[in-house]
Amino acid sequence: MSDKKKLPAFLSDKKYRGRLTSFSMVLIMYIVIEILMNTGNLSSLFTSLLVPVCCYIVAAIGLNLNVGISGELNLGQACFMSVGAFSAVCVSGSLASSVPDVPRLVISMIVGAILAAVFGILIGIPVLKLEGDYLAIVTLAFGQIVKSLITNMYLGIDEAGYHFSFVDNNVELIPGGKMLLNGPMGATGTQRISTFTAGVVLVVVALIIVYNLMFSRSGRAIMAARDNRIAAESVGIEIVRIKLLAFGISSCLAGAAGALYGLNYSTLIPAKFDFNTSILLLVYVVLGGLGNMNGTMIATIILVLLPELLRSMQDYRMLIYAIVLILIMLLTNNEMVKTWIQKAYLRLSTDRKGR
Amino acid sequence: MEAKKTPILEVKDLSIDFGGLTAVSDFNMEVYDGEIVGLIGPNGAGKTTVFNMLTKVYQPTRGSILFNGEDTSKKTVVDMNKAGVARTFQNIRMFNGLTVLDNVRAGFHGREVYSPLAAILRLPSYRNCEKNIEKGSRELLEIFGLSSEADNLASNLPYGAQRRLEIARALATGPRLLLLDEPAAGMNPQETEELMNMIRLVRDHFNTAVLLIEHDMKLVMGICERITVLNYGMMLAQGTPEEIQADPEVIKAYLGE
Repeated sequence: MSDKKKLPAFLSDKKYRGRLTSFSMVLIMYIVIEILMNTGNLSSLFTSLLVPVCCYIVAAIGLNLNVGISGELNLGQACFMSVGAFSAVCVSGSLASSVPDVPRLVISMIVGAILAAVFGILIGIPVLKLEGDYLAIVTLAFGQIVKSLITNMYLGIDEAGYHFSFVDNNVELIPGGKMLLNGPMGATGTQRISTFTAGVVLVVVALIIVYNLMFSRSGRAIMAARDNRIAAESVGIEIVRIKLLAFGISSCLAGAAGALYGLNYSTLIPAKFDFNTSILLLVYVVLGGLGNMNGTMIATIILVLLPELLRSMQDYRMLIYAIVLILIMLLTNNEMVKTWIQKAYLRLSTDRKGR
Repeated sequence: MEAKKTPILEVKDLSIDFGGLTAVSDFNMEVYDGEIVGLIGPNGAGKTTVFNMLTKVYQPTRGSILFNGEDTSKKTVVDMNKAGVARTFQNIRMFNGLTVLDNVRAGFHGREVYSPLAAILRLPSYRNCEKNIEKGSRELLEIFGLSSEADNLASNLPYGAQRRLEIARALATGPRLLLLDEPAAGMNPQETEELMNMIRLVRDHFNTAVLLIEHDMKLVMGICERITVLNYGMMLAQGTPEEIQADPEVIKAYLGE
């Protein structure tokens, strides 16, 4: 009985503690990495991974909002990144001569985010009316469609304006013009304007959006709709609308993350955002814990860095990766470990009360 | 007895078919403002089906439901709640992943409204509404004796407390008519006694009419002003507790011949 009495304090604290942990974690990492970078102690491989890690974190946080908080499975998060990435590349390419880097990055990311959100809402409206895992099926299909569409898109810009063609490349540009989208080759010759700072800012913005939403009327409604559809309706919660909100913000964040990702590379192929990437994002979310943003961040960092750090192992790389995945799963789902952590928490809280 | 002049709920010839089976047929009843009405009947009589039709979980096949004098045939579950009907469920439906307090807060969803954008940007409307929600929720928890459990997960509550929490959540939506589906199920006599007081309090304090389904006859006869008896989907009798207790048809339905 005494255990039961103490648990609530720890649970209610957890909300705020979680939020605090998130922001301080991001801040500390940012400072440490900046110091390491400026003193030249960071390898080029590691430096090149900084922006992608931020992108995956943001996309995974968005996905966690949809899968963990809203309880709707999404197997196409990468395709929203794709929408964001390629629209951002186009916007950035079009504005290259007229707008300085930083505002251009911001504008591109906003356009990418909005476009991805629009796509998300458009496919969400019919699908979220249905009960069950239909969203998983549709996002899976949507991912393939988006990939095929972008693979066949040709978009060029010159003094005469935009030139677009589909499937067959018959875009002819006046000298001085450039191709923004180049079919299967994707975006080429993109100016790399993404920075690690922009990535960290995006992570912080994503965290603020998700946390502020979670602990609000809408967040409670999203979780209520997940826990019990009929009861949620009976207290006046419009299920479709509220699930659409979660899905829209989730795809919006993926779009912004994709935009940052796209502007981090001079070439970007559409196949980069395939089904595998979507599944990887889902793995980050599930291993990090459904609804747990800190876990998602940590899982993403570890699982993005791990394969790269293991490059020296060559053939055994993926074997070790798989073993680590299994170990994380066993540890985080182990009842013994869970009760052990809980007991440690309880002991801490009683110690503090001076008993 | 002046309040009795306005029927808040008027049900006329309500029927529903599931395939070839008519679960409820030609059901009539009225509930007046501030009244406590009981709906009883043997198992499988169609009581919960009536509730599901009143809240539009099921669309009635025939007949009409007037709430506040307004036709409800085109309304959805959410519309019915907005119009002022709240309910609890026979098989408890909590928001298990939310705390006890958040369960009640979720009930304020349609009453204290601010946009998701206001939540993300923490605008003044967010702060004002959340303050009201917090105050209202704490009050409700206090009334239902759940204050000490506020930060506990709803799924960790004992059965009786979950039933009380469901009522608190329903009341948070600000209903004019509260539908209680077997509120005393699984409660011991003492808890039932407390529940009766709570239901009376709800009626007086929140100005809510109460329609309840219950098998505990002590509760039904103790607090209901009128009772409707349902058997095999049809209305068997209607009247005051004394009339119902003396009705030979009702006795036959419950005890057999």
